[in-house]
Amino acid sequence: MNGVLILLPIALGLGLLGLASFFWAMRNGQFEDPDGAASRILIDEEGPTP
Amino acid sequence: MSAAAERQGQLETSVLAVPGAHCAGCMSKIERGLGQLPQVASARLNLTSRMLTVVHDAALDDRQLVEELERIGFAAKRQPRVVDKTFSAVKPLLGPLAVAGFAGMNVMLLSVSVWSGAEGSTRDLFHWISALIGVPAVAYAGQPFFRSAWSALKHGRTNMDVPISIGVTIACLLSLYETATHGEHAWFDGALMLLAFLLAGRVLDAMMRDRARGAVDALLSQAAQGALVVREGGTLEWLPSEALEPGMVMRVAAGERLAADGKIAAGASRFDQALLTGETTPVAAGQGGMVLAGTLNLDRPVDVTVSHAGRDTTLAEIARLMEASTQNRSKYVRLADRAARWYAPAVHTLAATAVVGWLIAGATLYQALVIGVAVLIITCPCALGLAVPVAQVVASGSLLRAGIMVKDGSALERLATIDRALLDKTGTLTLGRPQPDPAALDALPPEAAAVALALASHSRHPVSRALCEELARRGVRPAPLTQVVEEPGQGMRGLLDGQRVALRRPEGASSTAVAIELPGEPLRLVAFADRLRDDAAQALSSLQAQGVTCSILSGDAAPAVAEVARQTGLTGQASATPADKQHAIALLQGAGHKVLMVGDGLNDGPALAAADVSMAPGSASDVGMQAADLVFVQGSLTAIPKALHAARFTMRVVRQNFALAIGYNALAVPLALAGMVTPLIAAAAMSSSSLLVVVNSLRLVRAAR
Repeated sequence: MNGVLILLPIALGLGLLGLASFFWAMRNGQFEDPDGAASRILIDEEGPTP
Repeated sequence: MSAAAERQGQLETSVLAVPGAHCAGCMSKIERGLGQLPQVASARLNLTSRMLTVVHDAALDDRQLVEELERIGFAAKRQPRVVDKTFSAVKPLLGPLAVAGFAGMNVMLLSVSVWSGAEGSTRDLFHWISALIGVPAVAYAGQPFFRSAWSALKHGRTNMDVPISIGVTIACLLSLYETATHGEHAWFDGALMLLAFLLAGRVLDAMMRDRARGAVDALLSQAAQGALVVREGGTLEWLPSEALEPGMVMRVAAGERLAADGKIAAGASRFDQALLTGETTPVAAGQGGMVLAGTLNLDRPVDVTVSHAGRDTTLAEIARLMEASTQNRSKYVRLADRAARWYAPAVHTLAATAVVGWLIAGATLYQALVIGVAVLIITCPCALGLAVPVAQVVASGSLLRAGIMVKDGSALERLATIDRALLDKTGTLTLGRPQPDPAALDALPPEAAAVALALASHSRHPVSRALCEELARRGVRPAPLTQVVEEPGQGMRGLLDGQRVALRRPEGASSTAVAIELPGEPLRLVAFADRLRDDAAQALSSLQAQGVTCSILSGDAAPAVAEVARQTGLTGQASATPADKQHAIALLQGAGHKVLMVGDGLNDGPALAAADVSMAPGSASDVGMQAADLVFVQGSLTAIPKALHAARFTMRVVRQNFALAIGYNALAVPLALAGMVTPLIAAAAMSSSSLLVVVNSLRLVRAAR
């Protein structure tokens, strides 16, 4: 029972953290261009090669 | 400064639609290409909405940006309304879905331990925690349903959201009571899972709708976006169409569309009114002649004094004619809501009967109420709520991949019922632009073809463009010419090895044609005519086989319509005005037919809005595309039978889904009536019936094949 009392708040807290970060991402426009974000990593950076 | 730009010190921001961008390569080409310009501070392409945001020096105007993009290899157009942010149906649903999913999973974890035998104070604790998570989560995530149900009830109607809202609310209230009285069963998990399932279905539905709307918005580009205005002192300034005012003089180059109605002040030319009236024969107009917005200037540059601009043009007139008919269509009641009309009263009566029945049989009020509530929860239309959206999402996705965009949620439902189809001629049955006669091109010697291509490539005239495209497609290489000049209204001439060659309008020709002049050779003529779309015959016979009678409804003159009618074997009505077209549809609807209208022009707009369901090709005018429920982008007419087949298949699957969902409920209801349903059984029944419905809908992945 004591274990549960510690584990439950931890589990809920972690879940809430995930939910909060999802809302943060949504407000910050992370979902504005899902297709573009997927393609953008394929573009090579230009600039002097080391 | 243009309306699409927003001043930021010396910099301004422009938004352009780039429909052709589709991969990482396009993205880097565009962003780097523009980034190299000294006036451009930054360029960023949104690949999902195909919108390009450019921050640039105020000296660089949108028109130059469009030209620059064309040089890079992408067609672009200015976005006139940057202020109204594009409406997304997905955004407001994402938050509720996330909350319902998060809360549902947490509560389910607690419920599993209760089901596996937690007792006494442990169970009470778990129930209280569930309540703590569940009640606020339901209050937040259930809002889309509560709002919709409330607005339906306020108008004395009922829809699917009414039984959902009642079921969820009652489940929560009962669970709170059980929790407070140390009871055995709490239903928070079921309520949250139900909301999560339904919201997922709606989010998918909204996503598909957003994507189709975005694709169509990117296509809207036919009408002229602005005009070069001749200022006092002869300076030229480019103004967007919103800024044009009566009295201004605009200079319209050959191959440009007019941005406003007006009177020709200087020059003479021929004008293609196909988009406006459906007529294929160009109309000649000289000084003092009236010309209309949206028509295409064919031959030579003219100066036009603006007489009506913006909302006063003939174009805007047609838009007003459309508005009335659009309201007509919004009266259509969707299948799910029609089902709810009898479903909701049925389950509510059933629950009431159960309570009364158990009371008569001698149960306590509490026991009877619990059973009544169990009936309500078990009949809560989870799978029923998914039956329509999931099937439509899968089918729309399949159609989207086949190049057919479904813009409206109820379009597939309406399309499945049609038994009559009216097709516009110009631009719908035909390609809507003059094409060179293939036989004449076959007969051209290679040298003549090479010279013709070289000359045509220097002109923006629609005939030159068509010739250029067709010759290039045949693999002809342009001949090396020097001193190529365009003589407006006459044609092109240049020098080949010092000798004069020309591509020009033949004297006294009644139909559209070009003559190719080579030194020491006879004049070669290539005739141009509007051609039927690919597979028109196949598409029409396939529609016929699906039980749809087709006919032509055109604004063009009788001989041209008769010719197409002969080629396709359809009956036709010619010289129909926009109002005539609307009337023809009303007559058919009055006779009990469900009518599909396929059209592209401005003149089809009112008819497209009045028909039960409408389709437009991707080459259609803005008005045509906005009025249509479905837009197909490939050149082939087979998109129509394909869409019809997919729509009918979708409705078959939706009916099966309804049968499956109701069948499941019918199995579980006796258990609920007998008072044997526990939260575990409710959860299991709900998820398995939802899964079954989703799996059945996935068969539609190949609907558009």
